[in-house]
Amino acid sequence: MTLDVNGLSVDIGGRRVVDDLSFSVAGGDRLGLIGESGSGKSLTVLSVIGLAPDEATVTGSIRLDGRELVGLSERELARVRGSQVGTVFQDPLSALNPLHTIGRQIAEPLRLHDRLSKREARARAIAAAREVGLPDPATIVDLYPHQLSGGQRQRVGIAIALIAEPALILADEPTTALDVTTQAEILALFRRLVEERGATLVFVTHDLAVLAQITDDVVVLAQGRAIEQGTVGRILHAPEHPVTRGLVAAARATTWSAS
Amino acid sequence: MSAGADVLLEARGVGRDFVLPRQSLFTPGVVRHAVVDASLTVGASESVGLIGESGSGKSTLVKILLALDTATRGSVAFDGRPVAPGRARDLRWLRRDTGIVLQDPYSSLDPRMRVLDIVAEPLRALDVPGDHRALVLAQLDRVGLAAGAFDSLLDRYPHEFSGGQRQRIAIARALVHSPKLLVGDEPLSALDVTVRAQILSLLASLREERGLALLIVSHDLGLVNHLSDRVAVMKSGRIVEQGPTHDVLHAPTHEYTRRLIAAVPTLDVAPPRE
Repeated sequence: MTLDVNGLSVDIGGRRVVDDLSFSVAGGDRLGLIGESGSGKSLTVLSVIGLAPDEATVTGSIRLDGRELVGLSERELARVRGSQVGTVFQDPLSALNPLHTIGRQIAEPLRLHDRLSKREARARAIAAAREVGLPDPATIVDLYPHQLSGGQRQRVGIAIALIAEPALILADEPTTALDVTTQAEILALFRRLVEERGATLVFVTHDLAVLAQITDDVVVLAQGRAIEQGTVGRILHAPEHPVTRGLVAAARATTWSAS
Repeated sequence: MSAGADVLLEARGVGRDFVLPRQSLFTPGVVRHAVVDASLTVGASESVGLIGESGSGKSTLVKILLALDTATRGSVAFDGRPVAPGRARDLRWLRRDTGIVLQDPYSSLDPRMRVLDIVAEPLRALDVPGDHRALVLAQLDRVGLAAGAFDSLLDRYPHEFSGGQRQRIAIARALVHSPKLLVGDEPLSALDVTVRAQILSLLASLREERGLALLIVSHDLGLVNHLSDRVAVMKSGRIVEQGPTHDVLHAPTHEYTRRLIAAVPTLDVAPPRE
């Protein structure tokens, strides 16, 4: 699935938070959006799935395989979200409902779109739990979010995002809240699932080193604008924009390197 | 620590057990060993890193080192004096020589207090003599918050500052009474990468100027690698490996340390071909 964002602007309370942003990802490609806090990267993702806050005004064009999303009704957007786009957010605990079992939440997108029976939904949830590497899937689907570790909850988040087999996956800082060994496992899981399914991935992060593990191309955002775009290798070795140069230098000064 | 240097902080065989609530009337509560037989020293002017993942016991150990929690076993000494929780009055000597910076500059500063009162708080609480306002101004200037650049900086409230500025305010508060040891519990984790680089070099230069000893608790190998002379690795409550930073990070002997290092994402990506 191809995502084309063209001249996207988001205004909140008279302030332009995303400013004339354009980028596109071809089907099966992996694109990273990187920037510091306040650069507009999360709002860009929310706008793509029509979940920008109510007080935000979104203008410009967002097309999925040519279909314009800006201006669609809430009902139509909900259908796109459920069937074509899967989303994973940073904080798995606040993204999950504490009162519902893991299995019910994993199968939720299917119940909305496929009208599955309870038994079928449970079986699909167990299969999805197994696929994202959750231990003892047949038992874990009956547990509640608070009974899982942070890494397990993020695996649940990924299972929910992927169960309807979306062609586009949007991930906003999905490993930021996790320990480094768990982060490595989750990144490996992302790579495998995206590759196996030929899905398109847009991965948002503030961490250049994480980005280098998962995407091929990068858009660098600063103050709501795309200031530079290129391959990860080019951005790391020959950044052009002064802000990108600052980001890369700061990352090199603080990131672990074995060499 | 190099031979002959003064030991500032020393933990010997520290253990901490927590009894978890009973699940039934007829079974005893389960005991969780949060810290097991941990021994660690920080020398005067030395910088030590304590790394490990969440739940490894590093924060519990640090609380015990600062007399904020009681060890179940073992002992802690600072400058040769035994460290244990007690009345604020009885711990004043320890507070005078230590400062702490926490991870989140948003929740660690009282939103209803002005910057002057926040940074001056240790001076008041510890009855430090001298002109508090002048000491606060000098310290803020040292952490890169020049009073001249902020009109009435001292009268502002934390919400008027960015995350990086707040962390500088927190560092100023931790250092305003000129402690011998600064403890940082994930001091850079909540910050943007450019701000991280700035605070990292600030900590390094403060250390150099004042002979400040540092104990940096973090899961961040990059930070510890840049800032620490020695490093200790914690896993499941135990210190599984410790030694000079370069040795531990480049030639780890424990299997867990190797796994931890292998998991850290790096910037080692090949340059594009011409």
